[in-house]
Amino acid sequence: MFKRIGSDETEIVTIHVDGVAVEARLGDSVAAALLASGLPIERETPVSGAPRAPYCMMGVCFDCLVTIDGVGSRQGCLVPVADGMRIAIQKGRRVLT
Amino acid sequence: MGLAREFDVAVVGGGLLGSSIAWGLGRLGQRVVVLDEGDIAKRASRANFALVWVQTKGLGLPAYTAWTLRASETWAGLAQALEEETGLDVCFRRPGGFHLALSDREMVLRRDTLARLHNQPGAADYRTELLDHEGVRRMMPEIGPEVAGGSYCPYDGHVNSLRVFRALHTAFSRHGVDYRPDHPVTAISGENGAFRLVTKRGEIVAGKVVLAAGNANATLAPMLGLHAPMEPNRGQIVVTERAAPFLQYPMTTLRQSDEGTVMIGDSKEDEIDDRAHHMPIDAVMASRAVRMFPMLGALNVVRAWSGIRVMTHDGFPIYDQSASHPGAFVVCCHSGVTLAPNHAFDLAPMIVRGALDEAVVGAFSARRFAAQDGGKAA
Repeated sequence: MFKRIGSDETEIVTIHVDGVAVEARLGDSVAAALLASGLPIERETPVSGAPRAPYCMMGVCFDCLVTIDGVGSRQGCLVPVADGMRIAIQKGRRVLT
Repeated sequence: MGLAREFDVAVVGGGLLGSSIAWGLGRLGQRVVVLDEGDIAKRASRANFALVWVQTKGLGLPAYTAWTLRASETWAGLAQALEEETGLDVCFRRPGGFHLALSDREMVLRRDTLARLHNQPGAADYRTELLDHEGVRRMMPEIGPEVAGGSYCPYDGHVNSLRVFRALHTAFSRHGVDYRPDHPVTAISGENGAFRLVTKRGEIVAGKVVLAAGNANATLAPMLGLHAPMEPNRGQIVVTERAAPFLQYPMTTLRQSDEGTVMIGDSKEDEIDDRAHHMPIDAVMASRAVRMFPMLGALNVVRAWSGIRVMTHDGFPIYDQSASHPGAFVVCCHSGVTLAPNHAFDLAPMIVRGALDEAVVGAFSARRFAAQDGGKAA
């Protein structure tokens, strides 16, 4: 659905989305990289289980919440990707162990 | 010439307290108007810990223990009535509640408090037991090693207080309660057996008036020969992201809401500016919470806020009818959530009858302050 601008020659990094290796560009936000990945990245909300995806891309709507390197409910649109980053799509409420 | 009475009762204040009373009055067929402040009112109804709490209430006034116990016993009925009228589940749960101690010293303090409560003449038995670490752990296996023990009271519970607030307001329309936001009352006078209430949006005339305006009762009450000495304070609350249910029991400083957030609270500051917020206070509260339940350390904090407590001088409720202006009532209480069923089911009928029931609420007259303040009390 989203296509990168063809002339973008920014350095490529690899992130892992639910275990799947995905290419991203240095400088991407996590939310942008997820949208560009083409993977099913909808999270499910903690209360009603409704599907959500990144929306405002500027830190306001909190719809892009995602687990990054083990820390849950981070705003994907505000965190730049880093090589080797591990992303988990949140389905419902966090289960504490 | 008498004034044309538009309403049987004007309730000043549309928070949980005023709304509980107004809803109770509306159910009894009264024509009720609620005069409320606007959205930016310092509203304890939107800044509270949502406990329905019994243990340790009433030290110094045993009647308060009985009054609170009565609320705990009737809360399920209120929740059911609200659901029938509005379809909203306010999520009242009464699994019992804990107060946890993080050291032997805190355990001793708790034991002393419970003993003093128990030894009061006429104290209602609210079956609070003191448990050691093992006793607490049998009921809550998730506690950390630093928990020395705690007290457990089977009458304690909690509720979704924001939804209670919404449900009461939703139910207003069913009983013709006329809710008027942005109508702060600036003056009240009694004339020819009716009351004239001045707001910035005009005047209202009602046969009776109930002051339920929280800390603002302190300035409104003297207009009607009543006395409401208030001493507000501030509390801070920390809220985590939502997690799958893991805390079955509410605690004095910690609870998991029906929608999964964990609320950490119970600070108390003399400062009464709710726009200020002090991180060191949050840090202490969060640290204690993690010592109680180490698994909380994995949760993110998503917000923290301050709220102003409605508080009388001695912390106990005030219920009075004016001697100089019969038909004018003042109602002050800190526990607008816990006592909501009493206000709807017990107090409202007394207001309709025009007489407070001495046997039920007589202990809560502001006359008790007369000795301390040189007889200013009504």
